[in-house]
Amino acid sequence: MAADITKLGVKAPWKDLTEGMVIAGAGTSRDFNTGEWSTDKPVFIEEKCKQCLLCTPVCPDSCIPVEGGKRGEFDYDHCKGCGICVKSCPFGAITMEGVE
Amino acid sequence: MSYNFKETMSKPERLAPGHRMCAGCGGTIAVRNVLRGLHEGDKAVIGNATGCLEVSTFTYPYTAWEDSYIHNAFENAGATLSGVEGAYKALKKKGKLDATYKFITFGGDGGTYDIGFQSLSGAMERNTDMVYVCYDNGAYMNTGIQRSSATPMYADTTTTPVGSKSNGKPQNRKDLAAIIAAHDIPYVAQTTFIGNFKDLHVKSEKAIYTPGAAFLNIMAPCPRGWRYNTPDIMEICKLGVETCYWPLFEVVDGKWILNYEPKKKLPIEDFLKPQGRFKHLFKKGNEDLIEEFQKEVDRRWEELKFRCSRG
Amino acid sequence: MAKRDRLSGNEAIAIALRQINPDVFPAFPITPSTEIPQYFASFVANGQVDTEFIPVESEHSSMSAAIGASAAGARSLTATSSCGLAFMWEELYIAASNRLPLALALVNRALSGPININCDHSDSMGARDAGWIQIYAENNQEAYDNMVQAYRISEHKDVRLPIMICQDGFITSHAVENMELLEDADVKKFVGEYEPEDYLLNPECPMAVGPYSITDYYMEAKRNQAEGMRHVERVVLEVAKEFAEVSGREYGLFEAYRMEDAEYAVVMIGSAAGTTKDAIDRLRDRGEKVGLLKIRLYRPFPAEAIADILKDVKAVAVMDRAEGYTNHGGPLGADVMAALYRARSQALAINYIYGLGGRDVRVEDMEGVFATLKQIAEDGDAGETYRYLGIRE
Repeated sequence: MAADITKLGVKAPWKDLTEGMVIAGAGTSRDFNTGEWSTDKPVFIEEKCKQCLLCTPVCPDSCIPVEGGKRGEFDYDHCKGCGICVKSCPFGAITMEGVE
Repeated sequence: MSYNFKETMSKPERLAPGHRMCAGCGGTIAVRNVLRGLHEGDKAVIGNATGCLEVSTFTYPYTAWEDSYIHNAFENAGATLSGVEGAYKALKKKGKLDATYKFITFGGDGGTYDIGFQSLSGAMERNTDMVYVCYDNGAYMNTGIQRSSATPMYADTTTTPVGSKSNGKPQNRKDLAAIIAAHDIPYVAQTTFIGNFKDLHVKSEKAIYTPGAAFLNIMAPCPRGWRYNTPDIMEICKLGVETCYWPLFEVVDGKWILNYEPKKKLPIEDFLKPQGRFKHLFKKGNEDLIEEFQKEVDRRWEELKFRCSRG
Repeated sequence: MAKRDRLSGNEAIAIALRQINPDVFPAFPITPSTEIPQYFASFVANGQVDTEFIPVESEHSSMSAAIGASAAGARSLTATSSCGLAFMWEELYIAASNRLPLALALVNRALSGPININCDHSDSMGARDAGWIQIYAENNQEAYDNMVQAYRISEHKDVRLPIMICQDGFITSHAVENMELLEDADVKKFVGEYEPEDYLLNPECPMAVGPYSITDYYMEAKRNQAEGMRHVERVVLEVAKEFAEVSGREYGLFEAYRMEDAEYAVVMIGSAAGTTKDAIDRLRDRGEKVGLLKIRLYRPFPAEAIADILKDVKAVAVMDRAEGYTNHGGPLGADVMAALYRARSQALAINYIYGLGGRDVRVEDMEGVFATLKQIAEDGDAGETYRYLGIRE
């Protein structure tokens, strides 16, 4: 059964930690917000996007969701603003916030 | 295996966001795209040597992995997954397990070329049904950019610092892909991030679905350790390939195959120049160092072409 | 139904393992434990077990693979001795902190250097704080019986810790003794199926094991781990009780030999207990009130029960088959003396280092130890508490 990580905050008493520190379940890191790390954010300019998807494999943080062959809005809860996607876009459909 | 880029990009993500790798890390780019080689419906157990990837993707209680995951220690990722794969076989034999699992281990170059080398060699020699993926960023980045046997000659690292009597790392890097190929395993390949990731994807899928041991060596630049402009990672990788510093090749059942030959091989300066770790090579009077670097790149490239020409 | 047989300790362990039919056995040879995987490999070759036998390239990898297999949901184990155990050092701690109930058949041998292949306990004593359960045997029969009971203890839901089943190199591992084996079906029934709750190969729910822990969690994680250890004494006794019903052989946390009215006692671990029992029988015939406390469960250390058995003795000699380099004696000495102190014991206690690197211990040597105990009791002074037995001066 998947662990309920909301009970595993840094104030959790020893008895509440999972045995052997294993986490049953998957992808619990989604609850950790790395979007706060950076002030620079990529901006998706949808009208310029040709849906070539070249920005998706280059993202180190899995922050460009693709559904049915089309990319959606950035996951700003987790995007660290590295800027790799901006360089990978052949159509200028991504800019860094405040930077053209 | 054909490559449908859009379909591949539409597959469910197997590495969740919220991990704590640095912004612009090449390691997780490698991981995400290797895991896309898994067929939907197949399960996997992921192994991981200690390193940046481990401490950042499973920081209690946050795991970024959508599949089962085991980190054991720095030096034993190969052996650990041998045990997991052994358990799979045993549970299958005893009729306790129906699902299909694949076994993939990730290690940095420290955990792979160096401290985990014996464990990796053993797992490969036993032809364990697993893929060992080295995300090679050419130094111990987790502990703060110390040299490894994957570090290229003349790189400035914190244990081979450039100084009045030092030009950086004095030795050449180990050719690990060739060493693993000498284990006579079914599949070995070297790749990096190019264009729409076809090369990396096709090799990952082959490695995962080849019965027996497979090894992938992926150049995965580290913006901190290499000191290039973080957004330029794809350009750095491209230059690695176009200068023949990081050739793309496969060894399938002992047969060497060159996957890409640049129309015009670029000079090694093009790869070295954007990287701060090689800055000292461009000081006046150090031209011979670059010349020497170029000679080694040429020698290895000719050697590789010769191997591939023999098939 | 039991079967009588003449077997070496290694053979006895291998047969117990055949009867248990574990899922995964990664192994690497080292004297004097090599025969265990050798015998077992022949069982695999002849289809007598279903086990995945993985002949790895080092002991470090045998323990690493055993950990991987155990985390994956399999019943796993390995076997080793001496430097092999030392090479597993880091992995021992990881197995325990991951709460993996895997087994290690340890054949005790001196650590290097100088290199020596004979028995002492320096290997397992070095691992005493790794978080493993350690159970020791005096003879082949005990080694076999302990192996059969191992998984019932380590896999118990209140425990879930790795277990080390120890026997003395060559003295029991290679010496052939008459012993009783259980029927295969009885062992199978006694040990039962392994049914882990969370494991890597659980198709219903993936699992992540081996996290990085920030300081906020680390100490709580260690306390949580210690909780498993706190249940071990109870579970060892419960399992021993069930084992007695199947085998007719009784086990406890230790064996108290002729301790009822003993005034002088020896505390020790392993095969030299047999020699000590002979010395005790001789001395008892002469009217001396002497006895032996032979440790079976060393980790966790049953301090209260041990202090209770020793509460009325005048003097006690604690025998360590390992140096501790503390300048005060060996590890068992430290544990027993701490137990006596906490129980406010008035007994005089001395600590001997003996039998290193296979040095023989004779009945006369142990008679000498009892004579010394009698002397210090008469003197009312333990004198030097850190002594060597059988050393050339």
